This record gives sequence, C-alpha cells and structure tokens, in this order.
Amino acid sequence: MNKKRPVNLDLTTIKQPLPAISSILHRVTGVALFVGLVFMMYALDQSLTSEESFNSISATMQHSFFAKLIAWGLLTALFYHLCAGIKHLLQDFGYCEELESGHLAAKVTLAAGVVFSLLMGIWVW
Amino acid sequence: MVTAVTSFGRSGLYDWMMQRITAVVLAAYTLLIVGYLITTPDLTYAQWSGFFGHTWVRVFSLLTLLSIGAHSWIGLWQVSTDYIKQTGLRFVFQAVCGTLMFVYVVWGIQVIWGL
Ligand code: HEM
Repeated sequence: MNKKRPVNLDLTTIKQPLPAISSILHRVTGVALFVGLVFMMYALDQSLTSEESFNSISATMQHSFFAKLIAWGLLTALFYHLCAGIKHLLQDFGYCEELESGHLAAKVTLAAGVVFSLLMGIWVW
Repeated sequence: MVTAVTSFGRSGLYDWMMQRITAVVLAAYTLLIVGYLITTPDLTYAQWSGFFGHTWVRVFSLLTLLSIGAHSWIGLWQVSTDYIKQTGLRFVFQAVCGTLMFVYVVWGIQVIWGL
C-alpha cells in the first residue's frame, strides 16, 4: 500500500452517512439494554413476588417520574434495537444493500425508532 | 490480533448464526410481553401471576433468558474486541459482563420458576 496517501481517522471530522448513524445506534442501544436489564429484572421480580410488591411497583410506575423515564428510555432503546435488528437481518438476506436502498432502509429504521419512542412515551405517561 | 478463544462458540460463523436465532427469540418475546401489557390495561396481580403461571409462558421466558445470555455475550464480545485492544482490560470487561449475564439468568430463573 502506498504509505503516502493521506489518512483521516478523526471521527469528529468525518461526515457520518445515515446508515452509519443507524448502525452505531444499534450498538449503543444494545449495550444500554444489557445494562438496563437490571431495572427490567427488578421490576419483573417485584411484580411477581407478591400482591403487595406488585401493587407497590405498579404505584411506582404510575407516580415516579424517574421510573417512567427509565421505562421510556429502555422501551425506546428496545424498539430501536429491534427495528435496526430487523433491518440487519434483512440485509443479511441480501435486501437493501445497494447505496440507495440501504440509505432508504436506514431512514425507515431511524424514523420507526422515533415513532416508537413517541408511542412508548405516550404509553408510559 | 484478537484470537477467538473468548468468543461464544469459538467460531465466527456459529456466533453469527446464534446471534440471529436469539435475536428472533428476543423479538418474539418482546412483542408478546409488550402486546400483553398494552392489551391488558388495569392489570391486576391475579392476571399477571396467572399469565406467568402458564407453562408455555415460563418455558418461553426461560428460552428468552438463555437467549439474552448468548445474544449479549456475542454482542458485547464484538463490542469489546472492537474497542478494547489491551488484552488484560478486555478480559476484565468480558469477565464483568459474563458475571452480570450469569446473574441475570439465575435471577430470572428464580423469578419465573420460583413462584
Ligand atoms: C434485551 C434484549 C437485547 C439485548 C440486551 C441486546 C444486546 C445486543 C448487543 C450488545 C449487540 C452488539 C451490538 C454490536 O455488535 O454492534 C446486539 C447485536 C444484535 N442484536 Fe441485540 N439485543 C437485544 C435484543 C434484540 C432484539 C429484540 C433483536 C431483534 C431483531 C436484536 C437483534 C440484534 C442483531 C441482529 C444483532 C447483530 C448485529 C451485528 O451482527 O452487528 N437484538 N444486541
């Protein structure tokens, strides 16, 4: 390889195309979900332990802004990760791999992520 | 170079396949639970614990727990081998993730089957 070619690996100066953004968000949401599982597991545990703990966790979900924020954040991450995951699987099967269709798929994924995020926000609040 | 000893199935292709199979399980379970919660407003404890009392829900939950373990092991392995180039540090990161995964699985089994 010609060593004299200029190389730029500075992420802050590279314009990220949409598919790159949808891809890195898939990764970020994947890691976030793994960490966030602590909250999901805790809520599930509380909801199934006894009637009192069920009532107390549902009261928390109804009244605590912080708990709602966590639930909304995790649902947003989950649905984005799911949409981007489906896009990923479709591309594994060879669909939407061209420049134009790939761009469109990234757009659809990001848009679906925003829509689901709004819907989940409405549901939680 | 990162060698494959810490990957899930010690083969990239196998990991790739597992990542996809577990993804489908997780997607199906997500839709089931969110669907159930949306279609059952004013959920009571009796309804909820009754739902998790069905054998098929318990079995599906167990499958999901195991899938989360495999899916996130493979996923976080990819992330860690991409960004953490120093072997010792990467090992520590993977050990922490692995422990947490194990905790999730055991905790989940206790919640689902210990009713
Ligand atoms: C609690 C649930 C989940 C957790 C904790 C999780 C976590 C992760 C993580 C950490 C990654 C690695 C990201 C990367 O390498 O860039 C990943 C990748 C992936 N996830 Fe998930 N995920 C979950 C649910 C799902 C669901 C529901 C789907 C549905 C389609 C899915 C589809 C995928 C796919 C296809 C990949 C592979 C990406 C690749 O090969 O680069 N995941 N996940």
